[in-house]
Amino acid sequence: MKLIILENYSQASEWAAKYIRNRIVQFGPGPGRFFTLGLPTGLPRDHPESYHSFMWNNFFKHIDISPENVHILDGNAPDLQAECDAFEEKIKAAGGIELFVGGIGPDGHIAFNEPGSSLVSRTRVKTLAMDTILANARFFDGDLSKVPTMALTVGVGTVMDAREVMILITGAHKAFALYKAIEDGINHMWTVSAFQQHPNTVFVCDEDATLELKVKTVKYFKGLMLVHNKLVEPLYSMKEVGAERSQSKKPYSD
Amino acid sequence: MPSNKSVSDAPIVQFTNCRILRNHQLQREDLWVREGKILNPEKLFFDEKGSADVQLDCKDSIIAPGFIDVQINGGFGVDFSLATDDFKSGIDLVSQKILSHGVTSFCPTLVTSPPSVYHQVLPQISVRNGGPLGAGILGAHLEGPFISKEKKGAHPEHCLRTFEAGAFQDLLATYGSLDCVQIVTLAPEMRRSSEVIQELTKRGICVSLGHSVANLSQAEEAVQHGATFITHLFNAMLPFHHRDPGIVGLLTSDKIPAGRRVFYGMISDGIHTNPAALRIAHRAHPKGLVLVTDAIAGMGLAPGRHTLGQQVVEIDGLNTYIAGTKTLSGSVATMDTCVRHFQEATGCSVETALEAASLHPAQLLGIEHKKGTLNYDSDADFLMLNDNLYVQATYIAGEEVWRQDASGM
Repeated sequence: MKLIILENYSQASEWAAKYIRNRIVQFGPGPGRFFTLGLPTGLPRDHPESYHSFMWNNFFKHIDISPENVHILDGNAPDLQAECDAFEEKIKAAGGIELFVGGIGPDGHIAFNEPGSSLVSRTRVKTLAMDTILANARFFDGDLSKVPTMALTVGVGTVMDAREVMILITGAHKAFALYKAIEDGINHMWTVSAFQQHPNTVFVCDEDATLELKVKTVKYFKGLMLVHNKLVEPLYSMKEVGAERSQSKKPYSD
Repeated sequence: MPSNKSVSDAPIVQFTNCRILRNHQLQREDLWVREGKILNPEKLFFDEKGSADVQLDCKDSIIAPGFIDVQINGGFGVDFSLATDDFKSGIDLVSQKILSHGVTSFCPTLVTSPPSVYHQVLPQISVRNGGPLGAGILGAHLEGPFISKEKKGAHPEHCLRTFEAGAFQDLLATYGSLDCVQIVTLAPEMRRSSEVIQELTKRGICVSLGHSVANLSQAEEAVQHGATFITHLFNAMLPFHHRDPGIVGLLTSDKIPAGRRVFYGMISDGIHTNPAALRIAHRAHPKGLVLVTDAIAGMGLAPGRHTLGQQVVEIDGLNTYIAGTKTLSGSVATMDTCVRHFQEATGCSVETALEAASLHPAQLLGIEHKKGTLNYDSDADFLMLNDNLYVQATYIAGEEVWRQDASGM
């Protein structure tokens, strides 16, 4: 695992963005596509809190992505399990996930794989834990009855199949989950811990998220920042990709 | 970018690098247009998997809904209250020229005139959409002749009338036809006005109070019967008095029926109303303020003598008086000047100033579902303005119909 510790939320975001950009350029997009993962069911597509709206407003409308390359699980599909199975097929057809980017919940869940989810699960319908419902209430004016109780999500196993996994964790309220994810054992009650068995994981966090970690752990990884920063500097650009291709850079391994 | 639209093949235009007025705020968002209407890009993206055919860089302009002028008597030598042979080309001329002022829809206004004028002129006014040839016509505004003698202002006394004999039938006989009439200004203290107001409201015509000596309770009664507008607030009505606020008191009246709003026109040319009075009205009832020009034939022309219906008016700078008197008669202000002056005088936000000339008149006429906003599915009538609120380009139904050229003409 690479644990990247930045001072605050904006620095962590910026580091992650640069890393993703470099990875995209290296990947050499063309037939490249990407997928988005966790979608609460029951929300109409144009509901301001639907993932469609969220992704549109925060991402798609700012970039020149072609709509055919966007695959969001449709929580309003008539047969939800078929929708999930089709999603898995699409991932396979696209050649597998190159880089998975996600966050974790305060209960240590990855996507909507709530505590107790199988660590080899695939894309499916999941009932949400109370913790998650409470955490999402803020998007529904604090009214618990309006928060969806089920979600379509990629499974832990689906994410483990990705060639690289990046998890973003910021804020003190995630500190305990981060501790459970990386300093404790692998446990299906803290599904993010499954990535201890993934060959290529990057955790990007801010100082507040490290509050429950051992000082030793934090010092060790902070000491590695010089090496890790080489992943974001130099910042590659699509225009240089032609020249760089011959000397393609590989990501540093653990 | 190739598009794959399942709903329509019409080209999609995306206006980028701009700030649009939406939800009462200037937001950094792109404006998408298809088939003359504002398009929802999120729906286009997810449902149709479509994208823009053309992208236009607006160079950081402000994009606002087109202005709507509900009181304009003419301009550029054309007088809507004069029954000339080339009336139609006159109205076409004005509707084309006001595009440069940012007006995309208007109500040609007729001042008090003899019935023969109404019978000749009204059939020549038709409600029509705007386009490259000019701003859209929403319907006529008939200001008079059922108004008060004491507050006639520039209206000719010999043409004033009452409807105490036949109420609505008298009105209909005077005008001849109400087919393309959108607004009627009358004085509510006149006998049988309540019946007339109710009948007009039933036909979807907006009733406005003006040129009147009504007290507050007469005005409130008129509102209860359906009146929703006040013609050029402060002008041609009793001044505000603290024991009888008169028509001005409607701005803060508690007798307005629930769910209804009283709107009021203001000519913010710096002459008709002292800026302090403009501020008082705005602060008392900001959501009801509708900017109007009350422009007359001389607008857009050199100073001198022009007509206003049956009268002769003299233009001297920005002032327009009945020839030989100090009675104000209309203005030569343009709508964009009024918006700028309003913003300066009240210190209000750019959004508020723009809405007073677009959203509020649309709400007054009950057409805000298609005009006066940049909401999805509205008509794509909009303006590009610079930060000082000077109009750079005017669009109607998504098509550019006027642009400021480089020489600043």
